[in-house]
Amino acid sequence: MPRKTYVAAIQEALSEEMRRDPRVFLIGEDVRIGVFPSTRGLHAEFGDKRVIDTPISELAVAGAGIGAAVTGLRPIVDLMFGTFLYLAFDQIANQAGAMRFMYGGQTKAPLVFMVQNGAGSSAGHHHSQAVQQFFMNMPQIKVLMPSTPYDGKGLLKSAIRDDNPVLFLHSLSLGGKRGEVPADEYTIPIGFADMKRAGSDVTVCAAGPTVYTALEASKTLAAEGVEAEVIDLRSLSPWDKETVLESVARTGRFVAVDESFPTCSAASEWAATVAEEAFHQLKAPVQRVTNRNVPMPFSPVLEKAVLPSAADVIAAVRRTLA
Amino acid sequence: MHHQDIPLDVVVDIYTRVLRIRRFEEEVGRLFRQGQLPGFVHLYIGEEAVAAGVCAALTDQDTIISTHRGHGHVIAKGGDIKRMMAELFGKATGYCKGKGGSMHIADFEIGMLGAIGIVGGGLPIAVGAGLSAWYTDSDRVSVCFFGDGAANEGSFHESLNLASTLMLPVIFVCENNHYGEFTPAVKAMNIIDIADRAIGYGVPGVVADGADAFEMYRATRAAVERARGGGGPTLIEAKTHRRGSHAEGEEAFLGGQTYRDEAETAAAQAKDPLLLLHTHLSENNILPAERLETLDAEITQLVSEAVEAARNSPEPEIESLYEDLWV
Ligand SMILES: Cc1ncc(C[n+]2csc(CCOP(=O)(O)OP(=O)(O)O)c2C)c(N)n1
Ligand SMILES: [Mg+2]
Repeated sequence: MPRKTYVAAIQEALSEEMRRDPRVFLIGEDVRIGVFPSTRGLHAEFGDKRVIDTPISELAVAGAGIGAAVTGLRPIVDLMFGTFLYLAFDQIANQAGAMRFMYGGQTKAPLVFMVQNGAGSSAGHHHSQAVQQFFMNMPQIKVLMPSTPYDGKGLLKSAIRDDNPVLFLHSLSLGGKRGEVPADEYTIPIGFADMKRAGSDVTVCAAGPTVYTALEASKTLAAEGVEAEVIDLRSLSPWDKETVLESVARTGRFVAVDESFPTCSAASEWAATVAEEAFHQLKAPVQRVTNRNVPMPFSPVLEKAVLPSAADVIAAVRRTLA
Repeated sequence: MHHQDIPLDVVVDIYTRVLRIRRFEEEVGRLFRQGQLPGFVHLYIGEEAVAAGVCAALTDQDTIISTHRGHGHVIAKGGDIKRMMAELFGKATGYCKGKGGSMHIADFEIGMLGAIGIVGGGLPIAVGAGLSAWYTDSDRVSVCFFGDGAANEGSFHESLNLASTLMLPVIFVCENNHYGEFTPAVKAMNIIDIADRAIGYGVPGVVADGADAFEMYRATRAAVERARGGGGPTLIEAKTHRRGSHAEGEEAFLGGQTYRDEAETAAAQAKDPLLLLHTHLSENNILPAERLETLDAEITQLVSEAVEAARNSPEPEIESLYEDLWV
């Protein structure tokens, strides 16, 4: 199978879906030139109408995506960085995130919001926050955070074909990551986890960049005779509770690893669910590994210290074994 | 370019501010290319006359708010080059103890209320600084720097209208360098002069030549007078030019893609604000050639000392993450 970068895999998903369905188009700031390189080259193939550069107006661009979606198109709205979603919050939370329900099922908003999420470039608080937890909190928005080129492509294609609003989070720090991507057409259904590593002692649940943190930790743990089962959720909302609960039923221990501020993090949701639904199978209290509870700092030394590390995961696993 | 209505000490002061910004930014560019600086760096080279002219018309009590391209604003307001450089290196001795970085330098002691990495994020806060001046019967004015791109954010429109309806002492300084990242301003708005937008909010809109520091000074002085006199906000649009990349390291990032018109860029660069000032000062014998040289040497020396000090400064302690959280 050909090995491709995450960026290249996303680019393939975008161009294949745009070829397949003329209602699919891309809109955002500098999408032609590609601030996120995945959108590069699309304008050459699809032209002005389907690759639309906009002014710096996140609220209007997000809302325009919604308006186009409810009138029959299938927009992909690129808002560049996760933190810029804050400027579009009204349109996403109040409008896209409720309109089908609010209007009694009369409409649908099939659109994708796409951003690079999280830290890793030492860009300070305004460019480095992970934002998944805000959108997981919205009952009518799907949230995807794939960690590999294969999952990125397959899930983005599903997101574009989905009839609901979907937030697709890719990570700046994973853009150059390579992985196998089949040449043949495929999609990955939304809502299913991927078991990255089987293990019998503890279930470690992660998504996006923290999958690699968890895998790194699992190697050290294995050397100590502790076998961690690592689950990549891929899809945060809806999420694959069944796979996680089934794993915890076998291991009896649970560690949730998530790059976000701890309070109401994705990890909080996973941990609460396990505590609620697998309480009697647990041999130890559930553990969360998240960012430290401070704004994102600029200094690389501090940024690294804020983010969940393999050492943090190892320490959490040890707490479940103590 | 003329300085007839500007005192000579102010003329020299403006020149010094421009020169400081230029030498600082040139060094920052070098350091970035050498891989010594983390994060994103947006240089102000080519736009120095805007910050220098504006800030020379302000007092120490007046406040400014800045953008992702903020180094020039800090220096123009009288910021300490050493603490700035240390911040760019992410060191504990930096203005924000390494927590802010290039896009978030602040010096509240000199009325520099912070650089903001979110485009358009500063305008509402500047309105608030104007509100507090009005509330406390202070004659402070609040200045907000922002780009042409930022003028397309909702915050621009809401802020102008709010400042106008409350008649607040706010000066909105739009640095129209004709690009927002890689998108030409003319493709992001169907008007030529952003100053034209002011009328829609009942605010005077002024266009000034951003390469002419004296013109920037005069436009600001007039706006300051109006604001202090209770006349409310002004929008000053400075036509300016960003000499280099949107962000440093851009060429490699763009992988051969280009977006600027060569001829247009060459024409704009011919109007270099530092060169214009230097020529003006020498031709009018405002400073002797020898003093012009020593001034440059002093500033260059200051910048290299700042780099040396930054390099030798400690990294922030991990425990510092828990400092400055709560009052
Ligand atoms: C809300 C928001 N959207 C997008 C960006 C990404 N971005 C950073 S600088 C920039 C261009 C800003 O253009 P302008 O306001 O003209 O300032 P200039 O860079 O030209 O000084 C963009 C789009 C951002 N930082 N914040
Ligand atoms: Mg601009």
